[in-house]
Amino acid sequence: MADGTGPGRFTLSGIVLAGLIVILIVASLYFFIAQPYWFPILASEHGARIDSLFMAVLVVSGIAFVLVQGALGFFVARYGENGRERAAYWHDNPKAEAILLIITAVILTVLVFMGQRVWASIYFSDAPTDATIVEITGEQFLWNFHYAGPDGQFGRTDSKLITSTNNIGLDRDDPAAKDDIVSIGNMHAPVNKPVRVRLRSKDVIHSFFLPNFRVKQDAVPGMGIEVWFTPTKAGPFEVACAELCGLGHYRMKAALTIDESQEKFNQWLEEAAKQ
Amino acid sequence: MHESHTAEHVHHELGFVRKYIFSTDHKIIGIQYMITAMAMAVVGGLLSMLMRYQLAWPQVLSPTLAKIFPISYSGGVMAPEFYISLVTMHGTLMVFFLFTAVLTGGFGNFLIPLQIGARDMAFPFLNALSYWVFLLSCIVIFSALFVTSGAPMGGWTAYAPLSAVPSAAPGQATGMTLWITAIALFSVSGLMGGLNYITTILTMRTRGLSMMRLPLTQWSLLITAILGLLAFPVLLGAGILLMFDRLGGTSFFVPAGIIMGQVPIDHAGGHPLLWQHLFWFFGHPEVYIVVLPAMGMASDILSTFCRKPIFSYRMMVYSMVAISVLSFVVWGHHMFVSGMNPFLGSVFTLTTLLIAVPSAVKTFNWLGTMWGARIRFTAAGLFAIGFVSMFVSGGLSGIFLGTSAADIQLQDTYFVVAHFHLVMAIAPLFAAFAGLYFWFPKMFGRFMNPLLGKIHFWFTFIGAYCVFFPMHIIGVGGQMRRIYDPTQYMFLVPQQPVNVFITISAFILGAAQLIFLVNFFVSIFAGKRATERNPWHATTLEWTAPSPPGHGNFGEELPTVYRWPFDFSVPGEKEDFIPQDVPATVTARH
Repeated sequence: MADGTGPGRFTLSGIVLAGLIVILIVASLYFFIAQPYWFPILASEHGARIDSLFMAVLVVSGIAFVLVQGALGFFVARYGENGRERAAYWHDNPKAEAILLIITAVILTVLVFMGQRVWASIYFSDAPTDATIVEITGEQFLWNFHYAGPDGQFGRTDSKLITSTNNIGLDRDDPAAKDDIVSIGNMHAPVNKPVRVRLRSKDVIHSFFLPNFRVKQDAVPGMGIEVWFTPTKAGPFEVACAELCGLGHYRMKAALTIDESQEKFNQWLEEAAKQ
Repeated sequence: MHESHTAEHVHHELGFVRKYIFSTDHKIIGIQYMITAMAMAVVGGLLSMLMRYQLAWPQVLSPTLAKIFPISYSGGVMAPEFYISLVTMHGTLMVFFLFTAVLTGGFGNFLIPLQIGARDMAFPFLNALSYWVFLLSCIVIFSALFVTSGAPMGGWTAYAPLSAVPSAAPGQATGMTLWITAIALFSVSGLMGGLNYITTILTMRTRGLSMMRLPLTQWSLLITAILGLLAFPVLLGAGILLMFDRLGGTSFFVPAGIIMGQVPIDHAGGHPLLWQHLFWFFGHPEVYIVVLPAMGMASDILSTFCRKPIFSYRMMVYSMVAISVLSFVVWGHHMFVSGMNPFLGSVFTLTTLLIAVPSAVKTFNWLGTMWGARIRFTAAGLFAIGFVSMFVSGGLSGIFLGTSAADIQLQDTYFVVAHFHLVMAIAPLFAAFAGLYFWFPKMFGRFMNPLLGKIHFWFTFIGAYCVFFPMHIIGVGGQMRRIYDPTQYMFLVPQQPVNVFITISAFILGAAQLIFLVNFFVSIFAGKRATERNPWHATTLEWTAPSPPGHGNFGEELPTVYRWPFDFSVPGEKEDFIPQDVPATVTARH
């Protein structure tokens, strides 16, 4: 009369299901540890904090995943019905439940604090004053990049002035606008110097996504939203739109070049100004 | 207790139309909901097959598809706007018209009176009306597929101003108007159903059936109905405001100064984020409107086929209540990078990780139920176990997304697609399949073919993981959701083989569902007859009724309940199950 204390029976279904769960565990461990496909190459300062936060969550949830799926696999393999013994008749264990509940709550609280430190370091700190400032306006389906030029002053923009040749409605009569540079689809910034972007949209919501820089921020019509980041690698990168914005959403991209020096960047600004 | 409506009513004959079409019998209405939802699922599923084909081979000519869809594939390649319509319609059909409809409308209607020992719903006419309004909303959303200017393109979330300005995309004119109309009708139908479920469960339980003796399915349906009653009016209201913005010249969601393709739009004073707040205030509880009934059904079915009481019934109930309360204060986690105040991002991270605690409690309890069990691997039992596995896999990725800082990179990528498909599509799908295999004999008096059921399970289990697990990987790689051609981006090109793998798996997964459909519809007419009332040796009240139960469900007298629904393998008893209506000879454990 060993109710529930006996091992039960190995059944074909139980073994197959357990086998599949083992394959699931092994495959996911392989993909998340060997990382044959992984994040786009990291190229920003704060991105390292986001990536290590991701890894911390990965370790915690990975352990939970292996334990829970593993237990599930073990139970289905071990506890098939054998027709002789009955299942155990127990259905409460307040102490075990309380322990598991507290452990879960503690782990999640720790993750909340770890996550909020990173979040605060990104969102609750102002960009350094020497940052390169870019005003970015999204529209169906391209990105406009607006630089202040040598005077450091952005010219006035007005949606009433928007024409097919003046995408952002820059007021060319404004003295501050004289040396402004507006580039369509091409963004530049120097390496190792903070970049401060002000995001706007002309029509619908877009999302300014720099996969290599761990930057994603929606551009919302009627709002001006600022984010900043510091590039740590020079080279060519891509800007994507991450928010559904209409039929051309998939091709709303731009080129981002991180110049290896301030001089190179200034050189590009000069060339862009001539156009 | 409604003694006037007794079994004499069972035998007065109704014509075919009154009995099977314009019926007020909760069982017929439940089955009508299920079959309508299945039809919508077939459409929604086929749309996803087209999407997957496009994502794997974006630039390959497809002359066959061009023949079927001459406009959408003009030139032999899918038009980008068609892809966005597919995304929108797939999401809308699956979230609303499959999952919400089949779990609450289908199982809710069929099971509530049967499991609480009542003869019908509290308001049978309202119940029928709820179905017919639902059917109308199905017809409206289905017709949106055939609008010449294009099907809606706002995604299932219909973010403004894309949804508010008809010139924002081709499908945003008539297509979007139909979308809002369908969703409004659906909300109204959901409200009528919800009101009915709450009233019925609270007031019409049979003698002895106290709240803490309810099957978990009933608890989940009650909590879901309350969630729906609080959440759907917000969606309905938001939809009406959106309609005003589109047709009445108001500006709830559209700010001043918008230029759409060089044309200034005459709106001022609205805010696009208002839509997101309203939508997600509904949208997050909606996730649980789908997940909770799945949890309830899977719990009861798991316990039945484990031959073991559910572990910690009380905590199962409390955790569902906790989840439902918290579900109203987590909506901002959909909006971390939307431009919402980042301080709010911190608050929503906290509430979001809080909701993981009751979810973890439920997982422990399912494992506790299986520990020391004697598992019967029927199709229903396998799908209930599969539910647990899928829920765990999908739930854990939620921790990444709920952590605001990690979400910056993952928001709007395939990591999100992987997460919500596993947790609120595949897991509920498994629970729904478990429920269909389990209650089929009660619905139709016949069994579904068990071998085909098992084959269906194996293909679905493997297929679902092969489709949705790799999506985490390409999401980490940065692939955005809702893009028509990932190979446009250099950084996405190296992972294109994963997209091909997912697509091939999706075709297999999709084809495997044909096994189910054939099994389901053939078994209605030709399945093995269910001669026993209680073929699975379950404990709840529906198994004391004939299969299928007649009008009025039970015989002359309604059953009386003496115990909780989980008396499996009670030591010293002759059978390894004791139905709820068996008087207590030994002291009941609960």
